[in-house]
Amino acid sequence: MKPAAAFEAGIAAALANPSLQAALADVPAGFVAGRARVKAALPEFEALRRTGRDIRDHTLAHLDLYLEAFERNAERAGARVHWAATGAEACDIILDICREAGARVVTKSKSMVSEEIGLRARLEAAALDVVETDLGEYIIQIRGETPSHIIAPAIHLRAGDVADDFRRRHAHLDAARDLSAAEALVGEARGVLREKFLTAEVGITGANFLVAETGSAIVVTNEGNADLTMSLPKVHIVLASIDKVVPTLNDAWPLLRLLARSATGQEFTAYTTLVTGPRRAGDIDGPEACHVVIVDNGRADLLRSKLRPVLRCIRCGACMNHCPVYCAIGGHAYGSVYPGPIGAVLAPALAGTAQAGHLAQASTFCGRCEEVCPVEIPLVSLMRHWREMAIDMPGSRRSRALLRAWAWLAERPRAYRPVAAIAAATLGRLGRARGKFAALPFAERWTRHRDLPAPQGRTFQDLYARRKREVAP
Amino acid sequence: MSSEQVLGRIRAALDHDAPRSARTASTVDRLARPPEHPLPARARRPAEELVHQFVAIQSGLGVDLIEVGSPADIPPAIEGYLLGLGLACRLRHGSDPLLVALPWSASPHLVVDIGAARDGDPVGLSRAVAGVAETGTLALASGADNPVTLGFVPDTHIVVLRADTIVGSYEAACALVRAAFDGAMPRTLNLVTGASRTGDIGGKIVMGAHGPRRLAVILIRGVV
Amino acid sequence: MTEGYARRPRVGLFVTCLIDLMRPSVGFAAVRLLEAAGCEVIVPRAQTCCGQPAYNSGDQASAKAIAKTTIAAFEGLDYVVAPSGSCAAMLKLHYPRLMAGDADAEARARAFAERVHELVAFLVDVRGMSEVPGAFAGRVTYHDGCSGLRELKIKQQPRRLLAAVAGLELIEMAGTDVCCGFGGLFAVKFPDISNAMVTAKSANVEAAAPELLLAGELGCLLNVAGKLSRQGSPVGCRHVAEVLAGEMSAPPIARPASGGAS
Repeated sequence: MKPAAAFEAGIAAALANPSLQAALADVPAGFVAGRARVKAALPEFEALRRTGRDIRDHTLAHLDLYLEAFERNAERAGARVHWAATGAEACDIILDICREAGARVVTKSKSMVSEEIGLRARLEAAALDVVETDLGEYIIQIRGETPSHIIAPAIHLRAGDVADDFRRRHAHLDAARDLSAAEALVGEARGVLREKFLTAEVGITGANFLVAETGSAIVVTNEGNADLTMSLPKVHIVLASIDKVVPTLNDAWPLLRLLARSATGQEFTAYTTLVTGPRRAGDIDGPEACHVVIVDNGRADLLRSKLRPVLRCIRCGACMNHCPVYCAIGGHAYGSVYPGPIGAVLAPALAGTAQAGHLAQASTFCGRCEEVCPVEIPLVSLMRHWREMAIDMPGSRRSRALLRAWAWLAERPRAYRPVAAIAAATLGRLGRARGKFAALPFAERWTRHRDLPAPQGRTFQDLYARRKREVAP
Repeated sequence: MSSEQVLGRIRAALDHDAPRSARTASTVDRLARPPEHPLPARARRPAEELVHQFVAIQSGLGVDLIEVGSPADIPPAIEGYLLGLGLACRLRHGSDPLLVALPWSASPHLVVDIGAARDGDPVGLSRAVAGVAETGTLALASGADNPVTLGFVPDTHIVVLRADTIVGSYEAACALVRAAFDGAMPRTLNLVTGASRTGDIGGKIVMGAHGPRRLAVILIRGVV
Repeated sequence: MTEGYARRPRVGLFVTCLIDLMRPSVGFAAVRLLEAAGCEVIVPRAQTCCGQPAYNSGDQASAKAIAKTTIAAFEGLDYVVAPSGSCAAMLKLHYPRLMAGDADAEARARAFAERVHELVAFLVDVRGMSEVPGAFAGRVTYHDGCSGLRELKIKQQPRRLLAAVAGLELIEMAGTDVCCGFGGLFAVKFPDISNAMVTAKSANVEAAAPELLLAGELGCLLNVAGKLSRQGSPVGCRHVAEVLAGEMSAPPIARPASGGAS
């Protein structure tokens, strides 16, 4: 199936999935109301968004230099920094580190870039037992799914769905146990995953930010899973994309003030950890080795394009939480690692327009995403940019011809007026009795779900010209 | 893979915008003199108000708050807290001088060990370097004094905090931490805001996802 | 600028293609409101559409050609006023962007953009209107069109004028700032997503139980009225200008003239 057709099928499946629809119906009262609440409690929030944008723009304009500074300072703290141009290279580097560590069990905390580069599949293919430790990620791992949201990967599921999966997966546990409450499910996952935390030889985390000044990685969670992932195994690997770096700690704090508020509607997540290298002399816990793998995977090319502002993104998910399209279809329908408005902009850049260019069409351009973006990414303009790329593609031939025919008229008022008058008169006459059309042959995609209001029968230009003539002496 | 391939590509894109020398100067300057971004008003209040704000936010997060007049009151406070909840009176802490020096023997129910956390430990005890009033956050620095695992492996985490180390902002707390580490960063700086939680099942917030189910703060009000 | 006091400002009405084609009564309501605000209204014949369908489909070349036609049509007028937030935003914010790279055209587009206003914002912010000709005894609710709300920051202006309508009670519905699912060609490119969105919007409208749903955007109104009509809802839909101007002789959107079939 072609990607655009797969998208259509995904949309249909999503709209027909009652469990997904029930889950999505909770988003306005959850994330959206939460963000509004914490924003109201921080009068500086809007000013902070501009600070956040400026920090990110400054960083992107000096990205090579801050990455070099990060490498210097991270290595000074005892970490080893590795560079990967592509996702495949990053996977190879990580696999080598795991092999060198003699790893059999690898714990992993949530990382969108790891989804992007297909890390788990690569490690599993090398016979490693890779366990996602973020609860949402664990659930979708055992279901064989991908995340449907960048911060709430299992947002498409209800507690009942999870209970079924746990019974299937945790077959060693008492079959008669009560899994009706979310607390019971969390408790069960805690027990199962605790075993993995204690046996893993390697722990892989993502990074919300890398700090050039100190060589630190900043990792944010609510569960504490990233902290167990980085503290218990003998090797800690940080996987981050090149855009994650910020110049200094002072630059990280404003972004952290924005992140949780924009993401979950919390003022701060339960755990924000700044990790700088491996275990120190005298330490009695922590990993013996710390590796930082920095991957480009197509981002450097964006620096030179109109799409550079998309690299400001701090992956909070506010754009999808506030997107009426995302809230109608959820994340899986997009068929890309990053769904929602940020996905519609980023996915064509990372995966190519043939694969994901159509996603930029799926927006009313209502602008709610831009309004909430903590770093003021002009998401609508960037989606429009992809539409500009698409209009000249062969696949757009039919719609382009229609559009150009209409535009030809719209550029010629003398030709346009009589055509509009005929259309108004024809439709007006046909629709007068009912005031609407329940079905029209050329408007099936409109009338499938709603009536088409009938026009009043004359154009304003006609009526106004006549009125002028009547009034004139 | 060498860094050249990755960094070279970025460099090629950016040198197009501005000369490398200007970009380098700007970078060196920012790293040497980190910018001071505006702080929210809630981080700039007088000290006593910051303490009130810290306590209020912590309560809202479900943190159990125990105020003591002096460090000597800590062992009985912990004993009373654990007994009151019907929890095992066994705890482990690091070699933090303040914690080591506490009169533990005066609290006969408590069994106290020193070291990093082990599987099955019911209670971890740490000392925070600072409290951050803007979001009710604890700043803990890892090391032999306060092993990081104590805050994540046990079901209950108890954190000792001196009221006079409660500051307004993350910036101020980080300055205290770096001062304690000769300007460097500890291996981990853990900013903890409430106990472990998850909303990953049906959006419902459940405590104790992976880290501690319960977080208690012992606030030393008196002068230490 | 003493001549500014000596004569009424000359306002060019940008009718919008939807109002021209579908609901000219809104155009007359706009004329009436502008005249009540002390303006001389001119309707240039050489106008068609603002070009949004081309612009938002990625066809910059067509959008630019249409923009040039529009700008030329409104030469010499003091203001350009549109009874639509999205068309006004197109003229005001996007025309200059479209001309980027062509200095002369960009300068003209900027000079043009400075004179452009959405109707209700113009009445309140520029003309200081506080009394309106219309009267309506009943409950209404108001839907904020996305472009007007977010691009032009129009939120309070329509509410202030509605408060001046004798007998009118404004009930705020839930999610008044959430998109109705119209989105121009979006509604036909993604009919099923659009339906999910307009279904949610209709539910919020129905929950507020008004007699009328008002908005400043005919596109949204055609969409929501079409859905409410399909659902058999008793709520009528009108452009806010109709109520403010007291131009209510035409039936609500998607309703037959009185005496027609129901």
